[in-house]
Amino acid sequence: MTIDTSIVEEGQELEKPSQAPMTGVVAAAEGRRRGKPRKFLFLRNSKAVAGMVILGFFLLIAIIGPWIAPYDPSARSDDILQPPSWEHWFGTTHLGQDVFSQILVGTRGVIVVGFVAGILATAIGVIVGVTAGYIGGLGDETLSVLANVFLVIPQLPLIIIIAGQLPTVGGVTVAVVIAITGWAWGARVLRAQTLSLRRRDFVEAARANGERTWRIITAEILPNLTAIIASGFVGTVAFAVLSLITLSFIGIGNTGEWNWGTVLYQAQSQLALQRGAWWWFVPAGLCIALLGMSLTLINFGIDEFVNPRLRSTGLNARSLRKRGIRPRIGFTPVVREAEETRA
Amino acid sequence: MRFFLRRLGFYLITFWAAVTINFFIPRIMPGDPVSALIAKNQGRISPDAAEALRTLFGLDENMSLWDQYVQYWNLLLHGELGTSFAYSAPVADVIAGAIPWTIGLVGIATIISFTLGTLIGSGIGWRRGTWADSLLPISTFFSAVPYFWLALIAISVFSVTLGWFPASGSYDRSLVPSFSWEFISSVIYYGTLPALTIVISSISGWILGMRNMMVTVSSEDYVTVAQAKGVSERTALFGYSARNAILPQVSSFALSLGFIVGGTLVMEIVFSYQGIGYYLFTAVAAKDYPLMQGIFLVITVAVLFANIVADFIYGVLDPRTRQEG
Repeated sequence: MTIDTSIVEEGQELEKPSQAPMTGVVAAAEGRRRGKPRKFLFLRNSKAVAGMVILGFFLLIAIIGPWIAPYDPSARSDDILQPPSWEHWFGTTHLGQDVFSQILVGTRGVIVVGFVAGILATAIGVIVGVTAGYIGGLGDETLSVLANVFLVIPQLPLIIIIAGQLPTVGGVTVAVVIAITGWAWGARVLRAQTLSLRRRDFVEAARANGERTWRIITAEILPNLTAIIASGFVGTVAFAVLSLITLSFIGIGNTGEWNWGTVLYQAQSQLALQRGAWWWFVPAGLCIALLGMSLTLINFGIDEFVNPRLRSTGLNARSLRKRGIRPRIGFTPVVREAEETRA
Repeated sequence: MRFFLRRLGFYLITFWAAVTINFFIPRIMPGDPVSALIAKNQGRISPDAAEALRTLFGLDENMSLWDQYVQYWNLLLHGELGTSFAYSAPVADVIAGAIPWTIGLVGIATIISFTLGTLIGSGIGWRRGTWADSLLPISTFFSAVPYFWLALIAISVFSVTLGWFPASGSYDRSLVPSFSWEFISSVIYYGTLPALTIVISSISGWILGMRNMMVTVSSEDYVTVAQAKGVSERTALFGYSARNAILPQVSSFALSLGFIVGGTLVMEIVFSYQGIGYYLFTAVAAKDYPLMQGIFLVITVAVLFANIVADFIYGVLDPRTRQEG
């Protein structure tokens, strides 16, 4: 998880939702169809769509991977350290195991840990962040300090010393450890946003109407945090995937379950580098990069969905010209890619 | 001044929290691996050292948790971190031997990466909507790749295939460590590839962060006014925009430091670079709990210290923080 300051900055940005777009707006004069209420606005963002497609592909592999794997990933054969061929798409290991099958079977472990950790950490983050932001006062101070402490303590070493001392480390255990150590970033961003929502008119109105605190939080505040929660979740999944793979790579939690990190661990310990067996470690790394990229793209999509000002940043020079937008310093063109019509 | 005192107070709390976590982890873990290891290393560890280990890991059943906690702090404040099983030496000595390597490598590489990344980021943010934006997908890719995998690729390309740099180690083993030019140049030669890997893998975060801030800042009124006044492009870029856009960079530098350190620790493993990360790896493999915990504490303290420095710089750069306190 690369820590992305834009989320925090956007939090400040969101505090002024009524702020009119900057001058210099050149509305894209593309042929928009008006009148029809658009659903799935989010899916009109090309980055988000690309990210979702890649993520969907890996989810599919996670489900069907073990069935479509051509070989048993642990089965040895006589084809030792073979480069990629038609029989073995990604080559074989020092024991003649099929790397392609290892990657296919290992996808499930990666995805499961990533999502379990993501869901747990997001849940903790929402509870801590929203509570802190809403109650304010001493409770807020305490919870913020707690979140900041977890933010500053280096996470990977912490995960390593916890997971390294557990007697048995399975996938779910790793996910829980990652969630316990990785919730703080989401909590911090959510707290900042709740803090600004708390004093808005509609929340004040709800309070004046005598709505219960619980209802204000779930019905008035949480819906307004959806985008931040979603992007926090996506970021945590990316972080969890990286952590899991790193742990497996240094040899923690390799209890017979295949994942991409285990493949890399074996490649490293069996001197794949020195033997020139690039096919052993390149595919796993590319898969990690692809998965991470898809998550980052989804997050960009969410950011641009929330903050129209960032939308133009995704366009390259040529498409900007094509749409009649002249990039000028000091002005941010707001690109209307999708317009919501209010019924 | 109040600002700094507040931050200092926060770091003290964080330090206390880290020590307390360290205290409780072995105590809530199921099983009793440490006493088994002490028994196994009976001859090699002195009775005194074994006693310290008992305190550090809470093996004295007939002592209250509070007494254990007090004694634990007492040991820590005297710099006693226990005895490493794998190296049969005090943990503090093992760490002291490793830490200069890590600080040298990670510190220099991180500073290079931060400076370069911020410069490139402000350039890209300024020239938004030109070819420079095509650098973004590339940096997205690099930010998604684990550091250690990039290290593997770097070794396979530059060491194994091209043979430009050594694949492992931190200096030529035939040399005796000294302050001679020969030794130092060997350290630089061995450190180039690891440092390059750290820079390449961490720079994308700085580029993205700075670019996004530049996009926001360059649409502020004072930048427009500066442009209208006719100040040169260069002054508007560095004197008006980048100056303000760099503030969140500094604060995110502090926050992401833990993440970068984590990544570089694993990278050291790949390069067998004799820093903290490499020792952490051997400690994990040998189930050397005292060394693991000692390393965690030292890393945390180092990160806290770097945070204090970043906060200080932030306070100097942005007078508002000092006022708000």
